Amino acid sequence: MSIFLLYFALFPLFAFVISLILPNREGLISRFALVAVASHALLSQAFSLFWILGDSPQISYMGPAIYSSGGIEFLLSLMFDKVTAVFSLVASLLTTLIVVYSRIYLHRETGYKRFFSTILLFYTGFNLIIFSGNFEILFAGWEVLGVSSFLLISFYRDRYLPVKNAFKVFSIYRFGDVGLILTTWLCHLIWHKNIQFADLSFLHETSHVPQAHWLYLLLTLAILLSAAAKSAQFPFCSWMPRAMEGPTPSSAIFYGSLSVHIGVFILLRTFPLWQEQWIGRIAIGTVGLITALICNGSARVQSTIKSQVAYASLTQIGIIFVEVSLGLEYLALFHFAGNAFLRTYQLLVSPSVVSYLIREQFYRPSIIAESIESIFPRKLAYTLYILSLKEWYLDKWMELLLWRPFKLFGLFLRRPVWNSVGWLLVGTSLLSVLFVEVIDVSDPLIKSLVASVVSGIAFLFVVRSLTERSSPFVAWTLIFANHIWILLAVGTYDALNSFEIIIYLSGVMLSWLGGLVCLRFLQQKENGLSLNSFLGLAQKYPLYAFSFLICCLGVSGFPISPTFIGEDIVFHHVHREEWIVALFVSLSYIFDGLCILRIYARVFLGPLAQNDKEMAHRSS
Amino acid sequence: MNPSNLSPSVEFALHELKHLLPAQGPLKDFIHHNTLHAYQHLPFHAGLEHCARLTGAKVYLSGSEYLKRKEQGDIDETFLQQELNKLGTSASVVPVNPHEKRVLQFRRLWKDHFHIDLDGKVHSFLFRLLCGYLDQGISIWSFPSGSTGFLDALRKMDQESLVSIFMHGTPRARQLLRDKKTTINDVLKLIVGKESLHGLYIFDQQFSHPGWSGLVSYLEAQPESLIAQRKISLEDLILAELLLELDELDATLGTDRNLLDPFYQGPDLKEILQPAPGREEFQTLSRWQEAYEKTYYNEVLRVLQQAHPVPAPESPDFQAVFCIDDRESSFRRYIEMINPNAETFGSPGFFGVEFFYQPENSFHVTKLCPAPVTPKYLIKQTNSQLRRKKDLHLESSSHSFIGGWLISQTLGFWSAFKLFLNIFKPSLSPATATSLRHMDKISKLTVENDHPHHHEHGLQVGFTLQEMTDRVYNMLYSIGLTKNFADLVYLVGHGSSSINNPHYAAYDCGACSGRPGSVNARVFAHMANHEQVRQNLRERGLIIPRTTLFVGAIHDTTRDEIEFFEEQEWPQDFSTKHQKNQQTLREALKLNSRERSRRFLNTPLHQTPEYYNIAVQTRSVSLFEPRPELNHATNSMCIVGRRSLTQGVFLDRRAFLNSYDASLDADGQVLTRILNAAVPVCGGINLEYYFSRVDNQKLGAGTKLPHNVMGLFGVANGIDGDLRPGLPSQMIEVHDPLRLLIVVEHSHDVALLAVQRNPATMEWIQNEWVRYVSIHPQTKEIHMFSDGAMRSFIPQGIAPVIENILHYVQSSRENLAVGILPTGIMKKSTKQVAP
Repeated sequence: MSIFLLYFALFPLFAFVISLILPNREGLISRFALVAVASHALLSQAFSLFWILGDSPQISYMGPAIYSSGGIEFLLSLMFDKVTAVFSLVASLLTTLIVVYSRIYLHRETGYKRFFSTILLFYTGFNLIIFSGNFEILFAGWEVLGVSSFLLISFYRDRYLPVKNAFKVFSIYRFGDVGLILTTWLCHLIWHKNIQFADLSFLHETSHVPQAHWLYLLLTLAILLSAAAKSAQFPFCSWMPRAMEGPTPSSAIFYGSLSVHIGVFILLRTFPLWQEQWIGRIAIGTVGLITALICNGSARVQSTIKSQVAYASLTQIGIIFVEVSLGLEYLALFHFAGNAFLRTYQLLVSPSVVSYLIREQFYRPSIIAESIESIFPRKLAYTLYILSLKEWYLDKWMELLLWRPFKLFGLFLRRPVWNSVGWLLVGTSLLSVLFVEVIDVSDPLIKSLVASVVSGIAFLFVVRSLTERSSPFVAWTLIFANHIWILLAVGTYDALNSFEIIIYLSGVMLSWLGGLVCLRFLQQKENGLSLNSFLGLAQKYPLYAFSFLICCLGVSGFPISPTFIGEDIVFHHVHREEWIVALFVSLSYIFDGLCILRIYARVFLGPLAQNDKEMAHRSS
Repeated sequence: MNPSNLSPSVEFALHELKHLLPAQGPLKDFIHHNTLHAYQHLPFHAGLEHCARLTGAKVYLSGSEYLKRKEQGDIDETFLQQELNKLGTSASVVPVNPHEKRVLQFRRLWKDHFHIDLDGKVHSFLFRLLCGYLDQGISIWSFPSGSTGFLDALRKMDQESLVSIFMHGTPRARQLLRDKKTTINDVLKLIVGKESLHGLYIFDQQFSHPGWSGLVSYLEAQPESLIAQRKISLEDLILAELLLELDELDATLGTDRNLLDPFYQGPDLKEILQPAPGREEFQTLSRWQEAYEKTYYNEVLRVLQQAHPVPAPESPDFQAVFCIDDRESSFRRYIEMINPNAETFGSPGFFGVEFFYQPENSFHVTKLCPAPVTPKYLIKQTNSQLRRKKDLHLESSSHSFIGGWLISQTLGFWSAFKLFLNIFKPSLSPATATSLRHMDKISKLTVENDHPHHHEHGLQVGFTLQEMTDRVYNMLYSIGLTKNFADLVYLVGHGSSSINNPHYAAYDCGACSGRPGSVNARVFAHMANHEQVRQNLRERGLIIPRTTLFVGAIHDTTRDEIEFFEEQEWPQDFSTKHQKNQQTLREALKLNSRERSRRFLNTPLHQTPEYYNIAVQTRSVSLFEPRPELNHATNSMCIVGRRSLTQGVFLDRRAFLNSYDASLDADGQVLTRILNAAVPVCGGINLEYYFSRVDNQKLGAGTKLPHNVMGLFGVANGIDGDLRPGLPSQMIEVHDPLRLLIVVEHSHDVALLAVQRNPATMEWIQNEWVRYVSIHPQTKEIHMFSDGAMRSFIPQGIAPVIENILHYVQSSRENLAVGILPTGIMKKSTKQVAP
């Protein structure tokens, strides 16, 4: 029976790949997408039914190891239980309905094929996550979901705002990713092996670390971080309404229902890991409660229909978080399904609100209905209204605390003096690594120190890349340098074997070179490229845009590239006492994803200024 | 705030802004207008060039589109050469819309010199404030500080709450907001510096979000266009935006930053707004456009000239008056085809009766007449049986904390089922906007005024006898229906049905302010059937026989359905005749659906008429259908004349048809009245389609698929975007941008006289924003207005004859060439509908 799981998890991927090579004909593409999704839905639902009618055992599938060396195993491991069953039911049903819906809705739209391919990519990622049997596979799905989100939000890539918001959402998603990277790392530290979800409930017995250890709390918080970021919980709420830039059905399925509930999934999936952590559970419940309260406030003051539904949905997801933290698993699943269906439908019918409400108003004595707040004291009412309208300053704080420091630091790094200092650093770090390797220093303190410094320099490259304003080549190459320096850092205190290095570098190197070729070609065609504004070249060179995107994914360690496994290996080599290295490496991974998509966005997305071309206002 | 406190440069900018910003009101009464009305004082091509170079909009088709049309023969080579000869260039010069933009150059300096994305920081919150303030009922908790003015509201909230209304709450901005005497200039001194640049700065600032500014400027002039009125002015908006900018600048760059003015070297606002000397590219484009239009006009005019007039039936089986709307033209053609003894007319769809309408149990009134008219009358509905159905998905109860918890776990599962149903078996739901629900057909209307002092809402309830007589007389006279009355005369209003369509009002009758015309049709029929009214009419020489009954009806242009009013009150013998006519009308509707459906690429060709009728009805209730119908797309001409002029020709649903008999109007007085309405209404529709088509991004609304409804009055992309006035791409994609050809059946001197009587009408024609043609009722001589005078126009070539109309309308999904319909074979050919 478990072999079916392989089909459920991987068939969407297969369908996605086929969709890429289909000729660009509406009928063909949409029919293919429909058959793929609907057949998957039917089979998975038949499977669930069969499973429920039986004794509903937890099923797991252990595939072959994709990578196995030196105690590190990367298993294709899948799993099915009631959580998977409910998520699969809702996801396959809604995706099928949305595909049918979009077949006609997107008729004649430029990007018809792109839309259906992206929906299939999304479906791939979603199924990988819900059927995953370990963190590695879950993380792969997580990455796919993030990229498909970026592509759907920026579906209207010839306008500025969708691109800006897609990037914004992606950058929050990166926090979710880092939560997950840390989770994996912490699991390695606690159990010294790749853990399987199927074993979670009896993992504690095999642990080398006592129950009350702070590492467990840290683990819970890391999971919470990734769940909160993906489900737009406090303090990440404000990205969710801004993601409503794509065609309505894609917004409905992503941000009304499926994608935004994935944080709930990861909480439910990892429940055995943290159920004993009372502080962690209180933290999860508190995040949920705060979200529910403030998003309810924001929902009440929204005067646009989609943001209203978005905040209303977030309110309910906050409550679901509370339910999960209380251990009410069944209620949470039920609530998730209901909320997903309701918000999808509400978003789909949202354009009808004009005629409906205006007609309703005709039959009310006062046009604007009074709300409960009219009995509040004025000062309280005004204050709450302003706070709700400002989305509780979340955006501002996010900017101030998270991005500002890096931006300022990056600006500082852009000073000309750093050009020579940079080379100096390159030299020193190479020398010091050489020193450690050749002299064969055995003092762990020195090794650790060198590793920390080198990883810090690796991170500097990324920050510099993020603030590069003129040359995409420089920004692109700095990312490559970052990867090399991470290897150097880890290599100083723990021997990476050459196979591991090849795994890590092969993806990065090829993609980096490929990206250079794309950029070089465009530079010649366009007489120069710059990162100072959005160039919108995807409209002119769609094929280059696609190739470059693939290279971007390769460089950023997306699951299509061996680097994806390489990054996992690197973390295996980071020991507990090397938390500085761990910090810099995970920060690097957050930011290099951002840098890379920033280059892609600036060069290929946004409005294209050209004769004979309609160009939207920047604000529209 | 006292406007006289403002510096001349700001005053000037305000004046120009109000003139140049898009003038589209709230969605609920979508009124088509010339998108570039602000440039209408200039000749067409000069106006277009000025707009293009000022705002960066594209105003002609792309070069490649012109070339394609030339290849397909839609641009005649000879005409093109003639036009290009005027410039001394040849057809080898490929036309191209050059990219130039003179606005927003001052504003760029923020990014270039201060590295700050000021718009990015300020817009989102400004739009949220503005949308919250103007909101018509989306938010659950509406703007708390009243509606005594936008700035007032902000001031009150900033003063009386624990947190500042400003994002950063910097002291200078708060101080200035609190001081009621603060002017735009005061804030600009802190941001820009030099007073001479103040005007330019706010001009650029507002043009960086023309949608919102345009709405505010519209609401300032017409606050009554919102149901829940909100006091607001452009000045308020500018001041608020400046303060938000100041707050942002103070917070990020500090208070001792540089002013903006030293960095600006460019021209001032006056210079920018001055039309610059012509650019060659635009000259070339204008010639290609002229040649494109001329090719088309030539085809139309030769058909009109060469077709034999089809005489009106001596004793018609029935008569039907339709709206002039282009969508009715094919319906009329099929009626006459099925029953050649039927006679049809066209008149603006409010049928000359202007009033406000109040449905039973409602607290508000809605206007049912052309937008510029302000009626003094109220028609009330009583005895309605219609009950409104609710849809909880569209109400706010599911958005609250506890309500949401309950509803998502109950109704939530029902939503999945509803979605499933609507996707696989779409049907009418409470979310559908439909013409058939506009008025309950069984209800009663208070058409007659029982007492001259009976007033409600400040309006006289019903019409007096005299007022009714006048309206019936004027309408019938204007369309030339003064004799040969049939037993049944149908007045057919029109409306549409759609779901998920914020632009629904644009699909209804333009002559009824974007509402269905059912009430008007019924009111007119009531008046014309009135015993006393008939008596009075007889005294004025208009004799309507006793055997004639006027019947109100509504045609749903999306669903191709028709409903009749007050059937139950007719004498028996009318009912029998009506049954037969009804048959004719319903057959015609099926053929009409068939003809329309060729435009929908995902509806197959060569099906039965019944199939198409069902297909268009499904389309109207499908959530996922962004094209319920194509509305006025492809409209290209307006013909004012007898039906005999157009009955024998095929015009491909592209003509507004206004009935008019020149023999009853020797001096053109009636013609003047007709054109006063028809030119701005049809011209407005035509040009809105034109501009939304050539630049769907800047002058249109872009694709509607990502649209988000803002405050019930507009749409935007996403939640932070500027409002998108104009038409979405789904409405215009099949439209060919051609200026409206107005053809008047009269002698050329009277035709000219008729428009010269009204300078507003004349401006359209003088500056050639519409093309004006007269065709002589007897000699069929054609004159076209160009370069200031009516000039003789001799159409080239022989008009094609369309042998089998029913095959012809399925021969292509593109525009069909106009042609002559052979008379006599029509009735026979209806039997041959394939398959």
